[in-house]
Amino acid sequence: MDWLLDLTPDEWRAIHLSIKVATWAMLASLPLGVGVGLLLARGRFWGKSLLNGIIHLPLVMPPVVTGYLLLLGFGKRGPIGAFLAEYFDIVFSFRWTGAALACAVMGFPLMVRAIRLSIEAVDRRLEAAAGTLGASTPWVFLTITLPLILPGIIAGMILSFAKAMGEFGATITFVSNIPGETQTLPSAIYTLTQVPGGDAGALRLTLISIAISMCALMASEVLARRAAKETGLQ
Amino acid sequence: MTLAVDIRHRQGEFELDLRFETGGGLVALFGPSGSGKTSLVNLIAGLLRPDEGSIVVDGRVLADTATGVFVPRHRRRIGYVFQDARLFPHMTVAQNLRYGRWFAPRAERYADFDRIVELLGIDHLLERRPGRLSGGERQRVAIGRALLASPLLVLMDEPLASLDDARKAEIMPYLERMRDETKIPIVYVSHSVAEVARLATDIVVLDNGKVAASGLTSQILQRLDLLPEEERGEGGAVLEMEIAAHEAAFGMSLLKSALGELRIAGVNTPVGEHVRVRIRAKDILIATERPRGLSALNIIAGTIVGIRSGGAFADVALNCGGEEVAARITRQSCDMLGLAAGQSVFAVIKAVSLDGANTWQGFDGAGVRERIVGEG
Repeated sequence: MDWLLDLTPDEWRAIHLSIKVATWAMLASLPLGVGVGLLLARGRFWGKSLLNGIIHLPLVMPPVVTGYLLLLGFGKRGPIGAFLAEYFDIVFSFRWTGAALACAVMGFPLMVRAIRLSIEAVDRRLEAAAGTLGASTPWVFLTITLPLILPGIIAGMILSFAKAMGEFGATITFVSNIPGETQTLPSAIYTLTQVPGGDAGALRLTLISIAISMCALMASEVLARRAAKETGLQ
Repeated sequence: MTLAVDIRHRQGEFELDLRFETGGGLVALFGPSGSGKTSLVNLIAGLLRPDEGSIVVDGRVLADTATGVFVPRHRRRIGYVFQDARLFPHMTVAQNLRYGRWFAPRAERYADFDRIVELLGIDHLLERRPGRLSGGERQRVAIGRALLASPLLVLMDEPLASLDDARKAEIMPYLERMRDETKIPIVYVSHSVAEVARLATDIVVLDNGKVAASGLTSQILQRLDLLPEEERGEGGAVLEMEIAAHEAAFGMSLLKSALGELRIAGVNTPVGEHVRVRIRAKDILIATERPRGLSALNIIAGTIVGIRSGGAFADVALNCGGEEVAARITRQSCDMLGLAAGQSVFAVIKAVSLDGANTWQGFDGAGVRERIVGEG
């Protein structure tokens, strides 16, 4: 068993970085995910199917293409990247933040889909009832809609997190594979499989990756069940 | 309360064109399905925006397209009891009940939690989830939730329609208590003559998006032509009567009214108090001379004011001691007896047909609001 627990510092860093990147990707995209989910579920506006298509693009495009587009847009010389670096001191390229951005973009369609479906399932007559009891639109959202879609939000968060843990193509294209900065678990496994004698390390990280994903899934099960109980759906 | 509606509103193929003014403690919106009752209630609640016209409650303009006024639903302070209860599934009964409280202005929160819970008999349900309630319990909680928002007006859209007869009987007394013991005006949607007769002080009859008639319950229910064909026999006179005495030996109560003395199966109301009695048109026999050897206890002299016949039936309007009483008999009997306007006849009413369900406490228009008002 020693070989399994005897991780090199680089491997530790990869695990730590992966969890950090995935957590940030999940949390940072959550408010936008809820907003877009609402927009797609409730909004009636021109270009809705276009927006829907753009959001789903990362799901169907090769990840390398998404990564390259991110590089073009958010790279040091990209229009958005240059702007953010100059005025807000936010740099994405070759930083862990870039890895988080890539993961967030890749997981976004999954998150939006889960949230959108749960919003569409909300009985709008309950919201009307809350309105007649004196609740304004923001209060109705906070006290009725949000609690009712909580299981959907949790599902979306877990999907986004799991996607981020496994993201490889877009991340490596956008922010490369720098140990300690942008080398996430998949990148580390990939690197280990490319060097002689790296098999043991690759297997170790693979098992750890499986363990983290399983934990996330089980946590989501527990949370979703609790939320469903809270919302009286069970 | 006064409710003034002057509205034109289009919903797909259906057109609503309503103009009426009404008041009283409990106004019933009465009419067949699809006559526009629910649309009207949604317009009053602010769930629908009228195409044209105005809605004014107690002088407060809720909507007026001419001046561009449209008070949003959450500022109307109108409680709404939906046909399907619509309790929030993620909250307990107590949380549902308290929901509206926070949104009412502090100084105007008149509703007292404990008293309303007691009034509706739901104190044993407080910790439960709506999913674990029976239909009748759910509807009672929905009524409590609307009341606890301290509304200025309560709308009830067929709150009993989804319930079976036993559950209806379970809730009816609570509605009566609500009408009599709180002073909150109620607009009550129904297509059931029995419910309306028992609860309403005023009735607005809707038919196909228009007002067919409006007035006091006692006047409207006499006009059998306003009622749907299958319920016409349910209509009839609604009269205020004083309890003259209780006859314990037979368990009967004696009522004093313009019609004369009337006997009904015993009621709990004390002597001297008033009750309102519905005499269903189909429960009245007409005799051309005072009958003898008959089990019916109530025999009242009157004069025929008019006869309207159609199909197998004849609706006979009688004047009994100054009160109008409608009777429905077959056209055949009418012909056989040779009834005609101006003729003196006797109306025969079985005391049994005036049972407790047809009798109710009158709304005196000055109910005891204090019952649900907290001390604080």
